[in-house]
Amino acid sequence: MRRFSWFNATSLTLGFAFLYIPMIILILYSFNASKLVTVWAGFSTRWYGELLQNEAFLNAAWVTLKVAVASSTIATVLGTMAAYVMVRAGRFSGRTLFSGMIYAPLVMPEVITGLSLLLLFIGIGLDRGIVTIILAHTTFSMCYVSVVVSSRLVSFDRSLEEAALDLGCSPFEAFRLVTLPIIAPAVISGWLLAFTLSLDDLVIASFTSGPSATTLPIKIFSAVRLGVSPEINALSTIMIAIVTVAVITASFVSKRASVRQQAEEKAAVRATG
Amino acid sequence: MTEPVFAPWDDPNEKPLIEFKNVTKRFGDFTAIDDLTLDIYEREFFALLGPSGCGKTTMMRMLAGFETITEGTILLSGKNIARVPPNRRAVNMMFQSYALFPHLTVWDNIAFGLKREKLPKDQIEARVQEMLKLTRLEKFSKRKPHQISGGQRQRVALARSLAKAPKLLLLDEPLGALDKKLRQDTQFELMDIQEKTGTTFVIVTHDQEEAMTVASRVAVMDEGRLIQVATPAGIYEMPNTVYVADFIGDVNIIEGHGTKTGDGYDVTFAEGQPALHAKTDAQLGEAARCYLAIRPEKVTISAERPDGAVNVVQGTIHDIAYLGNLSTYHVELPTGQILKAQAANTRRLSRRSFTWEDKVWLSWTDTAAVVLER
Repeated sequence: MRRFSWFNATSLTLGFAFLYIPMIILILYSFNASKLVTVWAGFSTRWYGELLQNEAFLNAAWVTLKVAVASSTIATVLGTMAAYVMVRAGRFSGRTLFSGMIYAPLVMPEVITGLSLLLLFIGIGLDRGIVTIILAHTTFSMCYVSVVVSSRLVSFDRSLEEAALDLGCSPFEAFRLVTLPIIAPAVISGWLLAFTLSLDDLVIASFTSGPSATTLPIKIFSAVRLGVSPEINALSTIMIAIVTVAVITASFVSKRASVRQQAEEKAAVRATG
Repeated sequence: MTEPVFAPWDDPNEKPLIEFKNVTKRFGDFTAIDDLTLDIYEREFFALLGPSGCGKTTMMRMLAGFETITEGTILLSGKNIARVPPNRRAVNMMFQSYALFPHLTVWDNIAFGLKREKLPKDQIEARVQEMLKLTRLEKFSKRKPHQISGGQRQRVALARSLAKAPKLLLLDEPLGALDKKLRQDTQFELMDIQEKTGTTFVIVTHDQEEAMTVASRVAVMDEGRLIQVATPAGIYEMPNTVYVADFIGDVNIIEGHGTKTGDGYDVTFAEGQPALHAKTDAQLGEAARCYLAIRPEKVTISAERPDGAVNVVQGTIHDIAYLGNLSTYHVELPTGQILKAQAANTRRLSRRSFTWEDKVWLSWTDTAAVVLER
């Protein structure tokens, strides 16, 4: 055990306070009985009940979920393909340019991405709605997936694929049967990253959404402009809970997988002396 | 009746399994394989031996189909394989890293190639069992590659590459990752399996001892060219260049000037030293500059001047390398040259006859040394 130190304890408290006090206040006020956000009037779950009656919020939540699942799935497929080609293609002239162009949207201001997508959709006459949001989210989250997957592919032993070819696989079979199962953890974390990015995106969604479809962040933002309501607090608390549960589950699952693997390796070493 | 010696390379009627015909491979400006011609026969255990970067791995990868050929042709059973992709070649490869699929069990790794052929289930089952038995892995069939030892992984890789019963098996530094003791055991195991299955093996290695142990023929390579192709004994006893003599085993190289006398050459190498005589059929060129290559174990070391020896020199012991079964004596001649002599330690250490700074005589017969032009 390390010795207790006042300096460490203080800095830890300050750091966590800075990070979490806003959220704790939000969660507390979501259980406030009063309609006035800043006045505490006792504990109540009234606003959660009202939230479930609010058709507009429920619709927005449903749209957000559909957009997140669809866009992160498409982005994962495209991003994995891009990463695979960039890592495998070897050296050719313009390679740096190409890989730079895949990663450029990472640093592009969201406002510009949103605006250019808006212009494109208007230009080709695509009505703004759930489809345009999915397309827009796919566009910007694809490069995140590509970064995650390509960092895994760089350390991937190429001879595994060659062995698959050698044993009679076509190049596509080699990818499906050998490469994909091995890089699956990176692909899954790329998907999760794209999913969370899509869930909380406000800027790009507000450029590309239309009257037929609104996502939750847009709904919350526009509702807050008319004044913070306890309902919004309740909704935000639910979102925090969902994200927390997801993150804890994901880290628990991956931790258990690595612990199991280590145990197996130790057992193997013991068995063979 | 004696059993016929396995030497298809000496039989003009024998059809080679693999024919390299003037094969050249370039990577940009770099020539990895330089106009190489070579025949490899069925059931051979053929070793490609050379330092790293000599092109041996490139040759193997061209056979497997992972590298294209810049010029020339490679025939497998008489058919040009240039346009055949790796997955359609009756050639399997065992990779240096083993390249076992980490997400599959030992059983599934071995069955992987068979499943691609869409064989019926019971046939796959039977073949995998056969392979597990051959490589003594029955107990580990349900394990994943990270749950077994290095030696077992090596055997899984071998079983997987043999499962499809290829015409030709390529082994890329197959024992490089094993420690010395295990490597020696595995070498014999490999030879055993090669004999049992009758598959043609081509092995790439930089370990000359390994090549000598396992191979029926060895090709010594340097800078994309074949320097010598011969049986292990041929390579060791009759190297064709100083490079080969030096690469395989330990050797004394004496540079000198040769004059034709009787059945061989007299080589003068330093003033005040007697000429050294070596029997040879070789004819030296005009310059008559030549090298004598003498293996240390063919040099006899003695305290007294031996009677009737053809080649005798005197020197002082400079260094002794004690290897347990053998000792190598580094003997300094009056000219400053160091000659190595090897003697078996048939006596216990306390009774050993030579020590540092002793004056000794070195002698060898007229057939011990090989005369080389370069």
